[in-house]
Amino acid sequence: MAERAHILICAGAACISAGEESFKSALERELKEAGIYEEVKIIETGCFGTCDLGPVMVIYPEGTFYIHLKPQDAKEIVNEHLLKGRVVERLLVKEPELKKPLPTINDLPFFKNQVRIALRNVGFIDPLNIEEYIARDGYSALAKVLTEMTPEEVISEVKKSGLRGRGGAGFPTGLKWELGRKAKGDEKYIICNADEGDPGAFMDRSILEGDPHSVIEGMLIGAYAIGAKKGYVYIRAEYPLAIKRLTSAIEQARNYGLLGENILGSDFSFDIEIRIGAGAFVCGEETALIASVEGKRGMPRPRPPFPVNSGLWGKPTVINNVETWANIPVIILKGADWFASLGTEKSKGTKVFALAGKINMTGLIEVPMGITLREIVYNVGGGIPGGKKFKAVQIGGPAGGCIPADYLDTPVDYESITSLGAIMGSGGLIVMDEDNCMVDVAKFFLTFTQDESCGKCIPCRVGTKRMLEILDRITKGEGKEEDLYELEELAKVVRNTSLCGLGKGAPNPVLTTLKYFRDEYIAHIRDKKCPAKVCTALIHYEVIREQCRKCAICFKNCPVGAIFKDEDGTYVIDQEKCTKCGICFQVCPFKAIKKE
Amino acid sequence: MKKLTLEELKKIKEKAQSDLQARSPEGKDKIVVHMGTCGIAAGARETLLAILDEIEKRNLQNVVVTQAGCIGLCEYEPLISVQKVGGPKVLYKHVTPEKARKIIAQHVINGQIVTEDVLSTE
Repeated sequence: MAERAHILICAGAACISAGEESFKSALERELKEAGIYEEVKIIETGCFGTCDLGPVMVIYPEGTFYIHLKPQDAKEIVNEHLLKGRVVERLLVKEPELKKPLPTINDLPFFKNQVRIALRNVGFIDPLNIEEYIARDGYSALAKVLTEMTPEEVISEVKKSGLRGRGGAGFPTGLKWELGRKAKGDEKYIICNADEGDPGAFMDRSILEGDPHSVIEGMLIGAYAIGAKKGYVYIRAEYPLAIKRLTSAIEQARNYGLLGENILGSDFSFDIEIRIGAGAFVCGEETALIASVEGKRGMPRPRPPFPVNSGLWGKPTVINNVETWANIPVIILKGADWFASLGTEKSKGTKVFALAGKINMTGLIEVPMGITLREIVYNVGGGIPGGKKFKAVQIGGPAGGCIPADYLDTPVDYESITSLGAIMGSGGLIVMDEDNCMVDVAKFFLTFTQDESCGKCIPCRVGTKRMLEILDRITKGEGKEEDLYELEELAKVVRNTSLCGLGKGAPNPVLTTLKYFRDEYIAHIRDKKCPAKVCTALIHYEVIREQCRKCAICFKNCPVGAIFKDEDGTYVIDQEKCTKCGICFQVCPFKAIKKE
Repeated sequence: MKKLTLEELKKIKEKAQSDLQARSPEGKDKIVVHMGTCGIAAGARETLLAILDEIEKRNLQNVVVTQAGCIGLCEYEPLISVQKVGGPKVLYKHVTPEKARKIIAQHVINGQIVTEDVLSTE
């Protein structure tokens, strides 16, 4: 029977952990119970992007978008929506200002302000079904290059499109391919870098989970352009779902003869293998990644020679990031001019970001280059929750930097972001509000890079450690004014003398916070105060005597017994015993506890 | 499986595209089956199934079927409305499975309204 409704359930990692699987089985049970299981089609897709609202689903043809689904909602959806055609209003998104529910997925401002190229199919097709990918023009770009284009023409089309590497550094993709084609060697390799390790970033994972064939097709086109027969996807072991879906996509492509010998009847042959990385951050760096694929310890080496001339097993190797590969089929099909019409003069196309932190809509977005940070935070992301004030965005992950509110109107493109001391990075975008301490933020990222330093070169191994010690002292209230000078000097040395991107980028969070939030450092050092009230050593809790109703809730909840009753029954905190956990502050129903 | 040729890739694409049609209602003929309690009691389920069956049999690509609730005309149930692209929205009354099949053949495919069953046109 023809299906009258397609139910697309988001099976991205966030929705799965929010209970997507138990909702899905409840829905299937209810559909069977109502006797309409055969009339609808249930599809588990990749991440919709609306990770805050999960588990989510869309019912087509209407496009009704339901959120925060629980197994017990399944019955109502089946009985009301699918049987009687009545929308279940309580499960719709409510627009915050208008307080009115938005019925369809296209009504959401979150989606309206996006332009989806790399994410064109994510959340719209079944990633485990190659035919759905084919229906959305999948493998048509491959067919086009194999029948109508020479490798040189493919390269010139990619060059003309202005696509730059989406892994972070923004090297022109077409140029890299041209160098790969010209490199001497009979054997050449293609690598897809899926070693996404930035805290808060999940773009590459989402593409692989939601649309693995777009990456395979991109790699096929790249292989044809440079003359490679073999490709590898280097993906971290922490991404089991992405590995599973990619593995199944590769198998399907092989079964259809889209990978292997004589693809689509041509004399072009190419196959892909997956290499699973153990999850060291430095393995995202291309030379370290190549060492890891070769079975060695993942450590970077000086460049040149660049991988494009001497990469995997000393052979020419073109290595691009997941998002870059996913853009390729669209550029071939729609043309370089179309792609280049999006974005700014030097940064073409779109960029996928993982929005996280203090923002109403955390999730996955794709926006045209040149969009301002303000538009991302307020129009796409829906602003800061709880009416708090925007303070900064941390863009580019641990090697990126913090951009303060004054620069909210900066267009997002490689040059503008770099000029502010941050980097585009792979696309982590963490929003911070007035409750974030910028010294603490710098310490967080530096702790990460210090942990992940491979230790091969001294500036990175020792330099980041010394920097971290200084930051730690400052957050404990033991900082001196000379520390700031020393921190800056060290940061510059580490940045200029480290061997690879990890060390070179590590000082960025420190340098940008020192530049834009110096007063916060000074408050920690001179006044022994943490303005955002985050650094535990510098804050203390106190009972406001006049407001205390003697209810004993704080007393009962204090885990260390630091709260006692004085003569008139008012509660008092023993500052000696207090561990500053903040529980009393959270539980007091009368706001009688002061945090300073 | 045998290796795909370009021709076969095209065929798969055409077939798969029609399967995905259900996910985009724009530019298609619409059939709405009213499925309030009154409609269901009058047999709207059977009508809906007949419509789906007819669409499947005739391999109609350009039609979406949705449901709606009671519109207050309970004595005329089962009610369905048919709107061809660019055409008027026609509300049919007392639509039995047989009538539904006729409406599809005559109105949806050939564009001729089945006048004797029309309740209203807008």
